[in-house]
Amino acid sequence: MNPYSWFQLIFYFVVLFLLVKPLGFFMAHVYQGERTFLDPVFGPLERLIYRLGGVHADEEMNWKVYAIALMVFNVLGLLVVYGLQRVQGFLPLNPQSLGAVSPDSSWNTAVSFASNTNWQGYGGETTMSYLTQMMAMTVQNFVSAATGMAALAAMIRGIARHTTDKIGNFWVDLTRTVLYILLPLAFVLALALVSQGVVQTFSQYQTANLLQPITDASGKSVTTQTLAVGPAASQIAIKQLGTNGGGFFNTNSTHPFENPTPFSNFLEMLSILLIPAALCYTFGKMVGDTRQGWAILIAMTVIFVALLSVSVWTEQNGNPAIAKMGVDIQQSNINPGGNMEGKEVRFGVANSALWGAATTAASNGSVDSMHDSYMPLGGLIEMWLIHLGEVIYGGVGSGLYGMLAFVIVAVFVAGLMVGRTPEYLGKKIEAYEMKMASLILLIPVFTALVGTAIGVLTPAGQSSVLNPGPHGFSEILYAFSSASGNNGSAFAGLNANTPFYNTALGIIMFIARYWLMIPALAIGGSLARKKKVPASAGTLPTHTPLFIAWTIGVVIIVGALGFLPALALGPIVEHLMIFAH
Amino acid sequence: MRSQLKPALILLLIFTALTGIAYPLVITGIAQLAFPAQANGSLIVQNGKVIGSQLIGQQFDDPKYFWGRLSATSPEPYNAASSSGSNLGPTNPALTSAVEARIQALRAADPSNTAPIPVDLVTSSGSGLDPDISVAAALYQVHRVAAARGLTDAQVQALVNQYIEDRQFGFLGEPRVNVLELNLALDNYKP
Repeated sequence: MNPYSWFQLIFYFVVLFLLVKPLGFFMAHVYQGERTFLDPVFGPLERLIYRLGGVHADEEMNWKVYAIALMVFNVLGLLVVYGLQRVQGFLPLNPQSLGAVSPDSSWNTAVSFASNTNWQGYGGETTMSYLTQMMAMTVQNFVSAATGMAALAAMIRGIARHTTDKIGNFWVDLTRTVLYILLPLAFVLALALVSQGVVQTFSQYQTANLLQPITDASGKSVTTQTLAVGPAASQIAIKQLGTNGGGFFNTNSTHPFENPTPFSNFLEMLSILLIPAALCYTFGKMVGDTRQGWAILIAMTVIFVALLSVSVWTEQNGNPAIAKMGVDIQQSNINPGGNMEGKEVRFGVANSALWGAATTAASNGSVDSMHDSYMPLGGLIEMWLIHLGEVIYGGVGSGLYGMLAFVIVAVFVAGLMVGRTPEYLGKKIEAYEMKMASLILLIPVFTALVGTAIGVLTPAGQSSVLNPGPHGFSEILYAFSSASGNNGSAFAGLNANTPFYNTALGIIMFIARYWLMIPALAIGGSLARKKKVPASAGTLPTHTPLFIAWTIGVVIIVGALGFLPALALGPIVEHLMIFAH
Repeated sequence: MRSQLKPALILLLIFTALTGIAYPLVITGIAQLAFPAQANGSLIVQNGKVIGSQLIGQQFDDPKYFWGRLSATSPEPYNAASSSGSNLGPTNPALTSAVEARIQALRAADPSNTAPIPVDLVTSSGSGLDPDISVAAALYQVHRVAAARGLTDAQVQALVNQYIEDRQFGFLGEPRVNVLELNLALDNYKP
């Protein structure tokens, strides 16, 4: 680690934290239905949408109606994504004449984008027409992110309100999220990315004459290079902001047309954590005590920085097997050093490891380096950030409602230990909330481990593996963990575009999205109905360093109990293979 | 459930039009007006012919050119129509043999050079299209390129220095050299 690496990491956190309060404050206004400075631009459009859709904006829903509206909208969106892939060959904006996507891959991609996972079994530039990229992928990038944020807003209202069964109107939350938060941010980011060199065009792929002709794998002479282009910037902006992560090109943000410069890399990395971090402030604002939001944000950040440090350290130390061969892996002012397999020179090691940690912490899943080629501990950190339940910042909306489930468990366990009725923000935490919170905590553990077991034990699961030994096990574990956390990143050596993985991961992504979101809404609905208990001397304060440490402990213990045995069989064994002698 | 079906259908339609058609179109329009070169792939044009992109690497294995990162795309390296990393894990024997093969090729092309080889020159990039190498990797190749072209090391070194791209804004990313641009400059070099 040289001073430049340190400075870039610190700079990242400083900018991120400077933006938390203004954006969080703004989003609280949006979810409380108040006027914002964007009203003159989007107000008329908002009202038009309600009128056309027959939405009564002032009629709020109870949690069950809210959940039904959300599910109907998401299933419809999923069907559209499936259909567009199947018929893209007959539709316009397809200059490369790409044909229909296979049924199993279409199913996987449809669930993947609707569930905000954006796992990709396909390679973008060889599979999807421009029209599919825009009208299926980009649209879901917006609305799946908005769905998660809406669900969070509803749950927060449940905590903030009392003796009511209403937690908001899904159509209003959805519309206001897209119009006031996601579209303006994506608009600015997309243009900033184009200025750096991200492509944005409807023209067909370009052809360049090679400076030095070469021969391909079969011995044929190659004199030209086909440059895949497309309307990429508009999609990349929202895939970063909405914790979607689905790349326009196969190699996601390692691709120079998707992430051309260190500055584009910084902006895209910032966008990964921006909304999830700012939502913590929004939460504090909406429950009337911003200290509560900061406490959660600090808990997330402590875990993140600790794990990030391990990842940067192990990647910068590099691979001793390669160093032994007369290769210079020492970092210097002119040599990035470390483990450069799967990494890009313009980003170097620290930026790649920071992206890797951010994208797995936040259930984004985009990559600017190939996780499969990380050192064993680097890959372990990425997997474990997913295993912690995607609550270290987490997906937009989903991260914070997942974290609130952990907080509820933390309050409950603390209450049991001192023998008092557990309360959180003036609401009694009882059996019902604990059941729902347990579902949120345990379903991803279950799907990840059972899925991995099936993958490891069946020929269909084994045959997709690229790397031998424990690393091959890690590839399967990563795939099912990624689907279970709605993350979407991969150990991409695994050939996931097979009927087995497309089907299995599709089912898991669906379960992991909606079977967590609905319990979160149920918690909101249940808390909304309760009376507010005034704070007393016996109330456990939930903004103190003690409680922050306690919450961190609960997150770590659940993550460790769930996954350490599995991790021992993959990255930990592999680490020992390299370093034990 | 029925009562939610109508708003679901109509809002999905509206958001498809808004975020799936209007938004990319508006971005494309502004991008093509304000940043036409970048939006179309930062193409390098010489004598009216496109000969590459500033952002996309090309494969070089001739000793008179600087070589870039290893590329794992198929069927040929640096296939910009199908990006791919190697995805080789750190304990995979295929990784060490790929590194070994690159070391052999570099040593064979310049037996006199016994310096340790910078790591980025023997490893595959994530995209398979990395346009850059580190400054160390460029300096490592100066003698070979100079010898193959009948130039002095100092002349080639001066050209490399000219093509070093510093960290962006002085602190972001890594200093680097764009391989295609440097090789183009070499071909046009008149001592």
